[in-house]
Amino acid sequence: MVSFNALIFAALSYVIILFAVAFLAERRAAAGHADWLQSPLIYTLSLSIYCTAWTFYGAVGYAARSGLEFVTIYLGPTLVMVGWWWILRRLVRIGRSQRLTSIADLISSRFGKSTLLGVVVTIISVIAATPYIALQLQSVTLSFAVFAQSGAEAWDRADFNATAMWVAVGLAIFTVLFGTRNLDVNERHHGIVMAIAVEAVVKLLALVAVGVFVVWGLAGGPAEMLTRIDNSDIALWDQDHGRWISLIFLSAAAFLCLPRMFQVLVVENADERHLRVASWAFPLYLFLMSLFVVPIAVVGLDLLPEGSNPDLFVLTLPLSQGQDGLAVLSFLGGFSSATSMVIVATIALATMVSNHIVVPLWLSFQANQHAMMSGDVRHVILLARRLSIAAVLTLGFIYYRMSGGGTALAAIGLVSFTGTVQVLPALIGGIFWRGATRIGAACGLLTGLIIWTWTLFLPSVGVDAVISQTVLANGPFGVTWLKPQALFGIDGLDPLVHGILWSMVLNTGMFILGSLMSFPAPLERLQGAQFVNVFERSVAAPAWTRGAAGAEDLLIMSQRILGSREAQAIFEREAERQGLTGYLPEATPAFIERLERELSGSVGAATAHAMIGQLTGGSVVSVEDLIAVADEAAQILEYSNKLEAKSAEQERTARALRDANAKLTALSIQKDAFLSQISHELRTPMTSIRSFSEILRDGEMSAVDQGRYAGIIHDEAIRLTRLLDDLLDLSVLENGQVVLNEQTGELSALIDRAIVAAGLHESDLEIVRDRKKEAVVLSADLDRLVQVFINLISNARKYCDAANPKLAISVTKSLNAFHVDFRDNGSGIAPENEQLIFEKFSRISDQSKAGGAGLGLAICREIMNRLGGDVDYIRRPEGAAFRVTLPKERVGAALAET
Amino acid sequence: MNTPSKPAVFLERASYRQRRLRDAVRLLPIFAVVLWAIPLLWGAGGLTGPSNGHALVYVFGVWVLLIGSSALIVRHLENDDAAQSNEDID
Repeated sequence: MVSFNALIFAALSYVIILFAVAFLAERRAAAGHADWLQSPLIYTLSLSIYCTAWTFYGAVGYAARSGLEFVTIYLGPTLVMVGWWWILRRLVRIGRSQRLTSIADLISSRFGKSTLLGVVVTIISVIAATPYIALQLQSVTLSFAVFAQSGAEAWDRADFNATAMWVAVGLAIFTVLFGTRNLDVNERHHGIVMAIAVEAVVKLLALVAVGVFVVWGLAGGPAEMLTRIDNSDIALWDQDHGRWISLIFLSAAAFLCLPRMFQVLVVENADERHLRVASWAFPLYLFLMSLFVVPIAVVGLDLLPEGSNPDLFVLTLPLSQGQDGLAVLSFLGGFSSATSMVIVATIALATMVSNHIVVPLWLSFQANQHAMMSGDVRHVILLARRLSIAAVLTLGFIYYRMSGGGTALAAIGLVSFTGTVQVLPALIGGIFWRGATRIGAACGLLTGLIIWTWTLFLPSVGVDAVISQTVLANGPFGVTWLKPQALFGIDGLDPLVHGILWSMVLNTGMFILGSLMSFPAPLERLQGAQFVNVFERSVAAPAWTRGAAGAEDLLIMSQRILGSREAQAIFEREAERQGLTGYLPEATPAFIERLERELSGSVGAATAHAMIGQLTGGSVVSVEDLIAVADEAAQILEYSNKLEAKSAEQERTARALRDANAKLTALSIQKDAFLSQISHELRTPMTSIRSFSEILRDGEMSAVDQGRYAGIIHDEAIRLTRLLDDLLDLSVLENGQVVLNEQTGELSALIDRAIVAAGLHESDLEIVRDRKKEAVVLSADLDRLVQVFINLISNARKYCDAANPKLAISVTKSLNAFHVDFRDNGSGIAPENEQLIFEKFSRISDQSKAGGAGLGLAICREIMNRLGGDVDYIRRPEGAAFRVTLPKERVGAALAET
Repeated sequence: MNTPSKPAVFLERASYRQRRLRDAVRLLPIFAVVLWAIPLLWGAGGLTGPSNGHALVYVFGVWVLLIGSSALIVRHLENDDAAQSNEDID
């Protein structure tokens, strides 16, 4: 038989070991060897605080009373962990990117950094957690009593109270020591996490050890155990279906919403990848924790005397079999379950209370004096947190004393779960629905809180304690549809299912309704977008505009929250990032936002926002700022559109330039060719003139020869003159110095003149004409017009390379012009030359058939332009065709004159 | 699954497999809910439900199945959160 003193000794030694473990872990982490402290295994084990003393001791009692229903409490978390991809992955990512400190911080931060919501969630959490902490104190006290009573010491009420008080004091000391070492909640509590991991192993070992002893030691093996279970009095499957589903939902939701679970799942998470391991490892842990519950319950009911408390079978069964070592291990397991839960729950609650209630209050008292410049906020916050820890534990202790510590453990646990779960609609809505608003969240939370208090919490305190028996039976003031356990007249439901159902339905309904009907503030919408789109890494619009805050003021404030070393490091890093020398960066909106996030890791989003708001003159984001941001984006877009248009225009210009350049290059080549041509042209007649004139000078020749030579000299001189005339003519035309002599005449006569002048009598070119159509009277400079015709006809004579050359001259009328077409049956002009033939000095063939200098068509075009018409080359399947266009009004005017 | 001796010729094959694994991860909790809802049908229609032993083995068997599947999927699921290390703003 274990003496009570030995048990105390064992418990104290265990506590000292835990202290040592926590201390060493802190030391290791401080020395920078935190690597294995941040392994997936430690993360998974730290989640085990879900399994409290309630589950360690209570599960067996639960199974003894209600069969398999106890397992629902583990199935819910298993579902959440297995479905980590849906919710937990998102929560952890949000928690890390927003540096969340607690679930109240999450709700407050999501809904526009609202202080009010933070307060509401904190209050719900504290109310819901207090009975739960009381439960832990009770179970530890009860387990002590079991040993005391087995040593024939009869405990009275005072003994229980004293034990509970000492346990509470011990827990407070441990939590304050290791839970408030640093302010930044986002910095991991290595000591505590490590101690919790050790406790997780101890409680698992203890329960498995008792289970193995029961199955193999007492029952004689798994097969016998199963037969024994089949024959036992417990009806394992006698389920109220509503309870089975409701409890699985409840435990799943509580797993997400419990402040202590949020602390270990999200806040203490060092690496998102740990979640992947925990997704199967933690269900495995839960599986092992519940595997032996039914065997222990069945064997306990068989072996222990009638009327013994099934909640304590885990302890009393080994004790009754004389297995003292096992009993002590089991005691330590229960002790571990209770203490680890209380420690984390207290830290989580204390963070919430200090960040969302104490610090905002303190700030509002200080605000008038601009006291941001004096006093150390760090001390205030740390003190607030320590006091909160003490207060939470005191509350738990008071609840324990008031409740009398007698009722079945599990019932309070489930009521407490339901209270916590009221945060669920706001939580899920907040991370998946951008339309969720602050008003909606507040409506839902308050509705849920009221329904829960009325239907579950107040009745659970005890009949006639707060709600009298008559109210319970007939409703308040006789209003029957408000009966706490039969709202709206729906009777006959299990009270717990009734409470869960109505609180969740009304809570969610009000949340959705409130969200749909209200309009969110700009900051809310920003935060909403950041939470819901956390995986898209969208660029967040800055929540701060450039305010009045100087970097120095910000530094002073940050120093007093983060500590001077930390704060200065942040500022120096920022200065370096901005490329400034020195340690004070510019207070840009981006930096202020980063700083705020840094601060919110210590004091929560709402408080950090408020503190920075004080310094920047409250210049938080407004609708105008958002519009400005949008405007800026629009401007940038417009600018880039303009650039695009410009660049397109430049491209067009460049293309035109390229074309022009190509043309110029071609012309330049032509010109070079022409120059050599013209020197040749000038040189040939000059040579003959010189040589024949020399012969004439020398004399001694017949008169006939003399006449012939003089004729040659004359001809050559004419050729030269013609060439020079052409050049002159063109330059006169181009300079616009030409004088036009208006004359009137008939077109056919002009063509006749041209044909004669072109010297066709010497060639075999056949002319095809339609004289009827040519009967048009013109009024223009007819000599110039004839010059054009001559040029076109003699071109045909010169270049038409057909065997029987033909030239068709036809006149057509269009709406406001006459067209005279000259079509031959030669090979025409190659398309690439069509544009060049009208240029000066251009000649398509280099052979100088007729001694032309390539000026003819250029002169023609100049003349026609002067006359108000044009001459064009027309592309045809065969032969060349030129069209001379004469404007009609000129013709008309001529007609009027005749 | 892929044959380890031959590396995948198409990159798409690997990423296709990853997408299906992600689908599996998403569907697993739904699958679990369905399996654990099956006990609600026990004893329906006036029949006697399963014996204690069978009920126990069923619930715990589903549990083992889930743990195994989850571990298997997560093992082959690649880390898509490569960007998370620079998520923290210093």
